[in-house]
Amino acid sequence: MNLAVSLGGLELKNPIMPASGCFGFGKEFSQFYDLNTLGAIAIKAATGEARYGNTTPRVAETSSGMLNAIGLQNPGVDGIIEHELPFLENYETPIIANIAGSTLEEYVHVAEKMAKEQVIKALELNISCPNVKEGGVQFGTDPQLAYEVTSAVKSVSSKPVFVKLSPNVTNVIQIAEAVENAGADGLAMINTLTGMRLDLHSRQPVIANQTGGLSGPAIKPIAIRMIHEVRKQTNLPIIGMGGISSAEDVIEFLLAGADAVAVGTANFKDPFICQKLINELPNTLGNYQFNSIQEVRESRCHNPSISL
Amino acid sequence: MIQEQMTVIKNRLIALDTFEMVLTSETIPQRANSGQFIHVEIGEGNEHMLRRPISIADLDEEKGLITIIYKVMGEGTKWLSKREEFNVVNVLGPLGNGFDLDHHVGDNILIVGGGVGVPPLYHVTKRLSQHNNVTAVLGFQSKEFVFYEQQFSQYATTYIATDDGSYGHSGIVTDVINQFDEPFTTFYACGPNGMLKAVQNQLTHLEGYLSLEERMGCGIGACFACVCEYRSKKGYVKICQDGPVLKASEVLL
Ligand SMILES: Cc1cc2nc3c(=O)[nH]c(=O)nc-3n(C[C@H](O)[C@H](O)[C@H](O)COP(=O)(O)OP(=O)(O)OC[C@H]3O[C@@H](n4cnc5c(N)ncnc54)[C@H](O)[C@@H]3O)c2cc1C
Ligand SMILES: Cc1cc2nc3c(=O)[nH]c(=O)nc-3n(C[C@H](O)[C@H](O)[C@H](O)COP(=O)(O)O)c2cc1C
Ligand code: FES
Repeated sequence: MNLAVSLGGLELKNPIMPASGCFGFGKEFSQFYDLNTLGAIAIKAATGEARYGNTTPRVAETSSGMLNAIGLQNPGVDGIIEHELPFLENYETPIIANIAGSTLEEYVHVAEKMAKEQVIKALELNISCPNVKEGGVQFGTDPQLAYEVTSAVKSVSSKPVFVKLSPNVTNVIQIAEAVENAGADGLAMINTLTGMRLDLHSRQPVIANQTGGLSGPAIKPIAIRMIHEVRKQTNLPIIGMGGISSAEDVIEFLLAGADAVAVGTANFKDPFICQKLINELPNTLGNYQFNSIQEVRESRCHNPSISL
Repeated sequence: MIQEQMTVIKNRLIALDTFEMVLTSETIPQRANSGQFIHVEIGEGNEHMLRRPISIADLDEEKGLITIIYKVMGEGTKWLSKREEFNVVNVLGPLGNGFDLDHHVGDNILIVGGGVGVPPLYHVTKRLSQHNNVTAVLGFQSKEFVFYEQQFSQYATTYIATDDGSYGHSGIVTDVINQFDEPFTTFYACGPNGMLKAVQNQLTHLEGYLSLEERMGCGIGACFACVCEYRSKKGYVKICQDGPVLKASEVLL
């Protein structure tokens, strides 16, 4: 079965990619399987300068999920270009650069540099990291700021720009509309939900940062609901994510309104998960009487007369 | 590094809340180095999304077996403790760097372990004892938690210390080390951070190595969960990839 999808100017051989922050810059996972089998790869967030992140512990397990507060640790945009991208040039899989920052200028600076790299085929504007005070989340919760940063980045990028939305808002549609008006080529959703866990012995938060971003199967119903809401409002391509761990999950996201999907936390449990999903997708589609990805998209349940 | 389905051969209680598990492995015994760890998948379905890092305590290349020793702390280790003979566990490994031991010949080596930091030092001690003189100081909370004293004694002059004095020397490992006047060439230590810090401060005159623990996500160097601060490298090193064994003089605990 042909699994190819086209995504705002990006051609993917299948709709499955690892999610940013859960796959490093690819090198580690290349020891498990050939990265050329992936639809795309979203690499770890880049900021203007190197960042050393939050104090540890940075992760905690929760029921069917996890909290993380890595704090955008990364070698900085120049470090990534110099030390991480050359390895990825060995692959034909489109690489999506995740762009983060504290100020509008930092986003523009990082985006401009990344967009010039040949190996980078699209940008994912991370305006939704909940784990650093100056981590850009203000850009993801205020429609006006979301508009400004998107349009500023669009003006310096020749590559498609996907804006990664935060679920930590009351009205995600408003933000989606703002970034669409600013010229976004697509959306990526959802980032993690702010959460917390306390240790009964120490009576303190388990994560040093106190709060962390919740991910994994626990957040899947929220992701599905948000994508479904946003899909009713826009025709922009959507990269869906949040708790995907099976081929059934992939189809559920496609039905909800996603055009491709990203897999994050599940890589930690099973490092082969992306490859497995790609291999299983044709049969699983068949099990539900779909002959193509296009058929899934056509049978989406977006009856405008049913208001949710 | 690979993923392997391993069969449980043995899983027995060896001290309070502490289990020794022997697993069949086709590839790890040949490839692993002392001090490396495995990342163990927990439970069925999606309840547990994170694996648990556990050190390799012993390797048997001939029979294709690895031994791990773990203390029941929470849900993951509790689940492990319920595995029975012929059950299968999904393991990623061997991970991390391990101890670089081959250059030691005729040396006087000090091994310092605390609680569940003792297991990785067993294989280290066994290997070092072939060509060196090894002294092991192992600390536990109390008598009920002591394990592997006899096993260590086969390969090293072994001292046990308990925090409450219920067995061996009363006090912590550094109290025992204070009493030695032998000149050691180096030391290898693994245990809780408090203990490692005390050892690091006490043995500043020696170039030694610490094996560190930190909460992990991926276990393979991809997620930046498990960093620790290092003196010479600006920024952080990843414990799962650059460690868990790190130069004592470099680590900022
Ligand atoms: C490199 C390395 C080697 C280790 N070797 C051993 C060993 O040989 N024997 C042994 O008994 N223990 C060892 N540990 C500690 C062991 O990983 C934890 O005790 C175990 O993960 C606890 O899991 P749990 O589900 O029972 O506890 P919970 O507290 O329920 O675990 C919740 C989460 O916190 C993590 N976590 C809790 N405590 C620790 C800890 N101390 N270190 C890292 N993660 C933790 C768990 O992995 C899990 O993700 C090692 C840790 C590391 C990093
Ligand atoms: C450890 C970790 C690190 C992450 N780092 C980033 C990041 O750097 N940039 C980003 O946009 N999202 C980051 N995310 C969010 C994921 O890309 C994804 O949106 C989220 O985890 C939901 O998907 P999942 O449930 O499949 O993990 C991170 C998630 C985790 C668990
Ligand atoms: S646990 Fe992911 S980098 Fe170490």
